[in-house]
Formats: sequence, C-alpha cells, structure tokens
Amino acid sequence: MSAALGVFLALFLLVTGLGFWANRWRPGDLNLLSEWGLGGRRFGSFVTWFLLGGDLYTAYTFIAVPALVFGQGALGFFALPYTIVLYPLMFVIMPRLWTIARERGYVTAADLVEHKYDCRTLGLLVAITGILATMPYIALQLVGLQVVLAALKVGGTGMWSDAPLVIAFVILAAYTYTGGLRAPALIAIVKDILIYTTVLTAIIVIPPHLGGWAGIFGHIPAAKLTFPAPPPHNTGIFSGYATLALGSALALLMYPHTITGVLGAKSAGVVKRNAVFLPAYSFILGLLALFGYMAYVAHVNTLPQFQAGFKAYGPSYAVPALLMRFLPSWFVGFAFAAIAIGALVPAAIMSVAAANLFTRNVYKTYLNPSVSAAGEARTAKIASLFVKIGALAFVLGIPEKYAIMLQLLGGIWIIQTFPAIVIGLYSRWPHRYALVLGWLGGMVAGTAMAATTSFKSVIYPLVIAGHTIPAYAALYALAVNLAVTVIATWAFNALRISAGRDGTLGAEAGSA
Amino acid sequence: MSASASRWFYLLLVVPFVGTLYVPWYDRVQPTFLGFPFFYWYQLAWVPVTVLLTGIVYRLYADADKSGKAGS
Repeated sequence: MSAALGVFLALFLLVTGLGFWANRWRPGDLNLLSEWGLGGRRFGSFVTWFLLGGDLYTAYTFIAVPALVFGQGALGFFALPYTIVLYPLMFVIMPRLWTIARERGYVTAADLVEHKYDCRTLGLLVAITGILATMPYIALQLVGLQVVLAALKVGGTGMWSDAPLVIAFVILAAYTYTGGLRAPALIAIVKDILIYTTVLTAIIVIPPHLGGWAGIFGHIPAAKLTFPAPPPHNTGIFSGYATLALGSALALLMYPHTITGVLGAKSAGVVKRNAVFLPAYSFILGLLALFGYMAYVAHVNTLPQFQAGFKAYGPSYAVPALLMRFLPSWFVGFAFAAIAIGALVPAAIMSVAAANLFTRNVYKTYLNPSVSAAGEARTAKIASLFVKIGALAFVLGIPEKYAIMLQLLGGIWIIQTFPAIVIGLYSRWPHRYALVLGWLGGMVAGTAMAATTSFKSVIYPLVIAGHTIPAYAALYALAVNLAVTVIATWAFNALRISAGRDGTLGAEAGSA
Repeated sequence: MSASASRWFYLLLVVPFVGTLYVPWYDRVQPTFLGFPFFYWYQLAWVPVTVLLTGIVYRLYADADKSGKAGS
C-alpha cells in the first residue's frame, strides 16, 4: 500500500468515526424533523461557517474550476466574482428567510412559499425544482470522488471497479441517516482544515518548480490569459462572464442545500456574520483556480504516468495530476482525502435538504397531512437514502457528460424559484397563480435556450435590434419568469381571482 | 435607529457588483502585481474589499441584529 493510500484511508476512517458519533453531538430529539434535518437550528457562527463553507465549496468545485481554467483559461475564473457577489446577496436575503422560518417552524423554502401564498401547488413546484436540481449536483460530487479514487488506483477490475465508490457512499448514507445535518456539520470542520492546508501548501511548494508566478503566467498563451475584445455590436465574452457570475450566485442561494445550511444557524445574526466572513473561502477558491494554470505550464497531460487518467476524466484530472507530480506521496494522500471528504460533506447536506423537501412539501402536504412529528423525521431519513441511491445510480449508470448537462440545467431551473421565494420574503404583491405561470415560463424558456446549444453551453446569444448580448440563459429565463409573473398578476387581479390569505401572519403557528 | 434613516448604508453592498461584473475595466494584463496579471489580482483583491464592505454594513446594523436574535 502506498503512503498516499495509507494517509487517505486513515483520514477517511477518522471522518467516518465522526459521522457516526455526530448523533450524540449537541444531543437533541432526532425524532423531530427540525432536529434531524436542521441540526435543531442551534449552530453558532463558528460551526455555520464550516458547514456553509463545506456546503458551497464542493469537491466538484475544487476539481471543475481548475479544470475549466486548465482547458479554457480566464473564463474559468468566473468562479471568483460569482463567490464574491454571492455574499452581499446572502447578507440581505438570508437573515430574513431565517427569521420567518424560525418563527413559523418552516424547514424548507417551499414551506414558506406554500404558506405565504396560500398555494400548495406553488410549494410543490418549488420543492420538485429543488429536488430535480439537487440530484445531478450530488452525482457530480461522486464524480469528484471517483477521480481521486482512480488517481489513488484503488478499486478492482471489471464489476469491482466501482466498489470503493459504493462503499464510501454506503457509509455516508448510514451516518447521514443516523445523524442528519449534524454529521456533515461536524465533518466539515475536518474537511476545511484539510482543504486549507492542502491549498496553502501547494500554493507555496509548486510555483517555485515552475519559475514562480511570473513564470507560470508568462507561459500561458495571451488568448487564454485575458478575453479577446468583443466584435462590433456584440458584448461578447464580457457579458457572458459577468452574467455567469451573477446568475450562478442567485441560483446558489436558491439551492436547497444552501437554504438548509442557513436554516441550521441559531440566529439571524449568525447568518449575517457568516455572510461577512465566508468570502475567505472565495480567496482560497481563486488560488485553487490557478492550479489549472500550474497544471497547464507543467504539461501534466503529456506525462506518460497520467495518460490513463486524462483519457478517462479529461481536464478533471488536472488537479490530481498536478499534486501527484510535485508533492510527496503522503501529502498526496492528505490532499486527496481533502477532496474526497469535500465530496461527502455537500453530498450529505444535499441529500438532507432534498429529503426535507420531499417530507414537508410532497409527503406531508399531499400524501399524509396527519403525519406525526416522529413520522416526519422517519420519512426524511428514508428519503435521504433514496436520494443517495438515485445519485449513485446516476453516476454508475449514465455517462458523466449527462450529469454535467443536467447540473447545468439544474442551475437554470433552480433560479426559477427565486421570484416565489425572495419576493415572498418582502411582499405579497405577485398573485399565487401568476408565480406558477412565471415558473412555468422560466423553466420552458431556460430549457429551450440550453437546447439550442445541445445542452453544451449555458451562454445564450440573444439578439436585440442588431446587437448580440451573450448571457447566462438562467438570467434570461428569470427575466421571462418575472415578466410573466407581473403580467399575469395584473390579469388575475383584474379578473378578481382570489389571492388566498397570508399564512405567515397572525398568531396561529404555521407548521411547527 | 429608524430603518428609513439607515437604508443608505445598504448601497455599500452594491459596490462589489459594480467592481467585479464590469469586465472591460479589468480585462488586461498590465499592471502586474507579484507576477499576477491585472485580471487576476484585481478580482482577488475584491475578496478582502467585499469582506470590509459587508463588515461595515454589519456593524452599522448591529441594532437590527439584536432584534433578530430576540426571536431565537
């Protein structure tokens, strides 16, 4: 057994132990959904920082962002403005969501929408969109795990080749079942210590091998390093880059795993303080993106020992190859453990979030309204298992490129819940059925725009009066959604169709 | 403090959007800093600037935070 594999397995065992111990950490009645699915809403600033950091900066990010920089250059750096503008938005929106959810006992954003607009259909649509967008996201975490397992050369041949991935996932499913949101919260602390150590070490150790930062950037072709000037009457890559950053930030805030992480905080102040300090991760992500350039300059894709890896995983293999090229074996094991555990934390939170949505907004609302509190928690635990089995089947059963396509579509879809959720925090102006129609319009328009590129790109070149404005399809689809919502609200109000009553007001508890 | 008198400070949160999303401002190599082309160090520099701006807004709204905690 190599030193890398030894260190990797030791760290994996450590977090497995933590995962199973998590249900005894900050004891609570795990037969309540808010205890299992939100950790009892008791996480302070410190734990929430790790939980959200582990949640938002996933293993897939750590593999895919440098891979994009490796392959396409400057465009891949959009992850930085994306994770910068994310936090002012979080600062404004999320404390309010937390406060209303805490007062009314809401566990999901769909709970809020359902009661705010007195519309079960709208709640169901928000829940289904969340679950649909989350599944491929979990699947991509598994891809991140697969890449490092392959680089470590664990796994047998033939039908046993996927055994390590399946074992890792079964263990994850087991401790998420017993510990709920507490398990990833605890493991996230270890994950971040590993990630920070890895990135800071690599950023100090590797550049001198490649002639320092000036040497690295000096060897990148000019066409990769910055963007070409846009052609006449075209905003070119400039608008593509900016809208990708902004739209991704809006979408990320609406993902169920983000909202679950936020609702696990113990106060609105904790959420605000985290919006101030979470950008520390963005700085690390920016440095990590540059690993793509290091891999490019080191020509890792031409080295014979990495041929098989690049053939199987493409640019996703750039970061593992770079680390193996320049770092000692034991540290490679440490770094790969960081990436693998970085896959498990968000995968756990995502499955908890999807399970909460299913339990509250599908099962309880439609199938079994009289379900007991303990029945709710039991349903969510079982749902979390199904979500994980689904994601695993996804990764093992269909080619990776479809998981990536669906994840790209997932971003376009999830942003369609933005009007219902975010406007619902501030106002009841939109009509409930107008929000339903807006959601439908946005989903159809966004999917159609992505289809024009055969689901390969999410940048849609809209032509207005002879000017081409390429932009993130999710934002164009959101514009369609909002336009439909406004027009339909006027129409429904003019027809005097009842808007229902606001369930977030008044003395009676919502769904505590 | 009254909400209407203090809303002004929220404008500080708009600054990072302007700074990072208007690409023509920073789509160039010069001036470099520690070997980093302008495109890269400029965007990295927005991380601490954004922390500072949201931190200022947080401090100015410390009172509002207290009322938020009262609910927990």
